[in-house]
Amino acid sequence: MAQYQNLFTRVQATGPAQYGIPLPAGDEARFGKPWAFHLLGRLGNAQIGPVYLGWLGVWSLVFGTLSFNIIGFNMLASVNWDPIQFIRQLFWLALEPPPPGNGLALPALNQGGWWLMAGGFLTASLLLWWARTYRRARQLGLGTHVAWAFLAAIWLFLVLGFFRPILMGSWGEAVPFGIFPHLDWTAAFSLRYGNLFYNPFHALSIAFLYGSALVFAMHAGTILAVSRFGGEREIEQIVDRGTASERAALFWRWTMGFNATMESIHRWAWWFAVLCPLTGGIGILLTGTVVDNWYLWAVQHGVAPPYPAINPAVVDPATLLQGAKQ
Amino acid sequence: MTNLRSFAAAACGLAAAFLLAGCERPPVESTQTGYRGTGIVQVVNPRIAAANAALHAAPATTPAAPAEGPKARDVYQNVKVLGDLSVAEFSRHMVAITEWVSPQEGCNYCHNPANLADDSKYTKVVSRRMIEMTQHLNVNWKDHVANTGVTCYTCHRGQPVPSNVWFNPVVETPRIFIGDDAGQNKVATQAGLSSLPYDPFTPYLEQEAPIRVGGPTALPTGNRASTKQAEFTYSLMIHMSSALGVNCTFCHNTRNFATWEDAPPQRLSAYHGIRMARDVNNAYIEPLAPVFPAHRLGAGGDAAKANCATCHQGANKPLFGAQMAKDYSGLTALAQALAAGSTLPPPLAEAMRSVMYFDTGSATLHGEQAKGLAQLIATMTATPAATATISGYHSASGELAANQELAKQRAFTVRDALLAAGIAEQRVVLDKPLQTEANIAGEDPVARRVEVTVK
Repeated sequence: MAQYQNLFTRVQATGPAQYGIPLPAGDEARFGKPWAFHLLGRLGNAQIGPVYLGWLGVWSLVFGTLSFNIIGFNMLASVNWDPIQFIRQLFWLALEPPPPGNGLALPALNQGGWWLMAGGFLTASLLLWWARTYRRARQLGLGTHVAWAFLAAIWLFLVLGFFRPILMGSWGEAVPFGIFPHLDWTAAFSLRYGNLFYNPFHALSIAFLYGSALVFAMHAGTILAVSRFGGEREIEQIVDRGTASERAALFWRWTMGFNATMESIHRWAWWFAVLCPLTGGIGILLTGTVVDNWYLWAVQHGVAPPYPAINPAVVDPATLLQGAKQ
Repeated sequence: MTNLRSFAAAACGLAAAFLLAGCERPPVESTQTGYRGTGIVQVVNPRIAAANAALHAAPATTPAAPAEGPKARDVYQNVKVLGDLSVAEFSRHMVAITEWVSPQEGCNYCHNPANLADDSKYTKVVSRRMIEMTQHLNVNWKDHVANTGVTCYTCHRGQPVPSNVWFNPVVETPRIFIGDDAGQNKVATQAGLSSLPYDPFTPYLEQEAPIRVGGPTALPTGNRASTKQAEFTYSLMIHMSSALGVNCTFCHNTRNFATWEDAPPQRLSAYHGIRMARDVNNAYIEPLAPVFPAHRLGAGGDAAKANCATCHQGANKPLFGAQMAKDYSGLTALAQALAAGSTLPPPLAEAMRSVMYFDTGSATLHGEQAKGLAQLIATMTATPAATATISGYHSASGELAANQELAKQRAFTVRDALLAAGIAEQRVVLDKPLQTEANIAGEDPVARRVEVTVK
């Protein structure tokens, strides 16, 4: 039984539940009697609770539940309240934003009104939850890195459903709430605006997305590899560099000539993750507002290379039609 | 622990089988059709193609019957569209149409056996109109059907109702308070099982909603097409892709779907195809709705309309381009043309301007048109100082390169006639027009002309 306990050990220490530090005056009490959940213990810490909810958490959940139900009941109604069709077509169903002709006017309830309401409640829920992550971090005496990273994701969400529709002057430009519908919307969006592939901010966002996966894999791989030397105890390793940290650094210095440090690797990971939605949001915000056809933009700026013509020249018949009318 | 592992392995296997159940078995065959590195390829699954081969096989044609002898119109009663065929050829057409459309039901599917001329069965009225439609397609929509043309079999394939038709969708119970789907977000069978708009046909193949959404300029210059419009266009395009069994790259330069620059020439066919389907639905099929019995109509009382799949049925050329129509003269010319021969406008012969018209695909002048040429020669002889400037034109039907050559040959015909009549060479000038194509689509006798300016 004498095994060193690291993240994935099969040994779960059971003992008195940990209640954490006392909360500052004015904070509500944590609730729920802590208990141990063995299966979760195989993935993380087995202890569940106690939970701190507070009024930020309560209202966030209230608005989130409202939004979730508005979306869900609209989906259910769209299949004539048939529960079997609701489950069968669940991935296809959606709550659609108002028709484009509606502009930014307050839409009729069933023509996007529900969508606007669901979006508003969801935004409130997200912002309250954001404030909660910020406050909980502060109350524990932590930095607020998680809150700002979360805000980067909220930025992309708000660009898609709020900022850009307002700049375009139409709620209809926003994304529907639905699994496949939001993916089809994405493809149609790219087709409408001349191929998002040529949007440099889209490219940056993808670079940070893939980069995040790469950095995460490199870091996680490194730490798992040195966990036999206590490498996952990163704070201790930073303060008192033992053999684990030294070996991890040496490994990367030998394989690629450069190594991050125990501290800097987390800045790499944080910035890659945060820049992904940040640059992506900029790319979406510019689309349609500043640039209408990204392919033509890329040709103008020498981004898209010219290829030799393979096909015989085809003349757009609509131009001939216009010529004939004149 | 072993039990848990084998259970987990079995669960993983089941999950993989479930997730992959909808996939085609690899390998597929991929053919490059564009510049390297651009991903412009056509992907075909040879096993699916082999399974569908029978669907795309054209039936054998019977040998042509003698064109001489009395005409069907004079022998039978109530023959309205094929009356100018000989009786033998008319019978051959009837037998072929029965084979194509109602092989099980036979002649009596359309005809009253007691009186074949009787119009009491709706099927007879419909099929007469459909023959007119076939003639119209073969004559006026060569931009899409080319010289291959269509027959009844192109759509029917041995069934009285073609297997791929569409109706206007009907909302059974209007959802006025909650649950409006905005015409999408269901399993869209017409759009490749996506959640895209489930009826791309009413706006584009019946009405004339704008299909183009992509902007023509890099920066915004007033293109107000919305992303939702793009979803409708996308839905139509997915229908076309699955109806023809092709990728997007069959018609598009996928770097920029909207551009015609280096778009494959098939896009031109598709452009005319969309308009052809619209023409067919509005001019021929929908007006027949009152003729059909209720069980042939859609829930909204509309007739079963055509889309790309109606003819194509999964092949990029219906029946893999089999040339069936050329063997059935009754289907390849308009009834009026069959009756009157080719009808060209009378030639124009004024003092300063002459216009002569040509038959389809021809660069020689006949009959009335030759008289117009004689008139021109007389004018030129009478005014020795005048110069004749000759321009040749062609119709939009057919291939552009061949047509431009034809337009040139037509101009040469007039020039050679003038030179042969002794007009001095320096008095005869050839002037190639900026655009030799003189109409927008299809055949038009007015387009097939040579214009001569005399001054």
